[in-house]
Amino acid sequence: MVYARRLDGRKFDEMRQIEAKVGIIKRADGSAMFRFGNTIAYAAVYGPRNLYPKFLQDPSKGILRCHYNMMPFSSAGERVRPGGSRRSKEISMVTKNALLPIVNLEEYPNSVVDVFIELPQTEAGSRCAGICAASMALADAGLIMKDLVAAVSVGRVDDRVVVDLDYSEESYSGIVADIPIAYLPTLDKLTLLQMDGIVPKETLMEALKLGLKACMKINELQKKALKQKYITEGVEDAQ
Amino acid sequence: MTDVQVKDKEIVVPGEILAKGMGYVPGAGTYRNGEDIISERLGVVSIDGRAVKLIPLSGRYLPKRGDTIICKVVDVTLNGWRLETNSAYQAMLGLKEATSEFIARGADLRKYYDIGDFLVCKVSNVTSQMLVDVMMKGPGLKKLKGGRIIEVNSYKVPRIIGKHGSMISMIKEATGCWIIVGQNGLVWLQGEPPAELLAIHTIRMIESESHLGGLTSRIKDFLEKETGKKLEVKLEVKTE
Repeated sequence: MVYARRLDGRKFDEMRQIEAKVGIIKRADGSAMFRFGNTIAYAAVYGPRNLYPKFLQDPSKGILRCHYNMMPFSSAGERVRPGGSRRSKEISMVTKNALLPIVNLEEYPNSVVDVFIELPQTEAGSRCAGICAASMALADAGLIMKDLVAAVSVGRVDDRVVVDLDYSEESYSGIVADIPIAYLPTLDKLTLLQMDGIVPKETLMEALKLGLKACMKINELQKKALKQKYITEGVEDAQ
Repeated sequence: MTDVQVKDKEIVVPGEILAKGMGYVPGAGTYRNGEDIISERLGVVSIDGRAVKLIPLSGRYLPKRGDTIICKVVDVTLNGWRLETNSAYQAMLGLKEATSEFIARGADLRKYYDIGDFLVCKVSNVTSQMLVDVMMKGPGLKKLKGGRIIEVNSYKVPRIIGKHGSMISMIKEATGCWIIVGQNGLVWLQGEPPAELLAIHTIRMIESESHLGGLTSRIKDFLEKETGKKLEVKLEVKTE
């Protein structure tokens, strides 16, 4: 069977609707929300702050801790069991690795920067939404960073290359490959590249090209959202 | 080719190209990648001759030598006090730099500064590993009694104080509160409760509007409306 049209009517290189907001969690040092269609991620950043227990401290640089969590009611029907799982632990780890190359932690020895990512609603692409939100939250927290990170999933459904797979595509029973990527737009580097499924080399390269284009779009939105916070914040209060 | 890509006073985010070519020098908050100067944090661009730098808009306080900060005593040790600085690092206040009073050998140090006390102190040294030393000898450095403490963004402190202290002295005059602003983002206020609330409201207003122009006159109008007093922007001469 050929995947002729996407189930939700999008073009093959079209993302779901994206939305970004910064500064939504007032008590955090930095916070942001990022949405791909029905997948919503909230990120809160605390720090640099004291790190205890003391044996975790690194005198040469600060450490980054990421915590990825899907809320119990977030998925389509089944209740997500609260608390950590093998899956959430892995995603926390890849999120940390996607963010580490940009954050300059040498400035903060013996301290920790905590990133909490919560997902109230998911429909595939949650780690990408989480990374996009976390990168904005880190910038909002005033950390020293080389670049922002934009993340999106690409892949193939049957023989078509698609951008931003939703749940119906990801769980399709035919041949599917799901490849989440995270990209640094200014430095032109990838910091996350995972794959679930089988894909020929040519298709992978084609998919990555489309993914990078989508990441540039996400980056534009991230920049806009970050600037928006500092422009509108003052205007609202002035009235 | 040398070219600045952004306007002066524009808000930029990390990873934005600020200037291309070797004609400009990367200043604070920026770095060079190949021939480009790229922003390293969220801030406002400031082009000063050939240097491009960023004035940060957000972030936690990082202790710096010479800063006057407000700290909380969290522990008393054999030879001094350990203080919480509203940053990722705690500070040490040594016995010799603590007070001009005579401290007898073996005296209970909690008699001088007890756990939970707030102190105004000056950062005397910060090492590369962020070990912070503070001292209490100097004008205006003292233990705080009464009043209340609020937390503000430490990068907005210069705006709260204003040029030569003009903003803070205006708030003090309008509200009749005693106010001490620590560079670590802790502000101590003491006065009549309604006046304290007005002062807090004003400080919050400055915090959120500081990057917009005409701040002093807007705050002056606001305070005049609230208190009914006629105010003038005074330039306070620093006594230090």
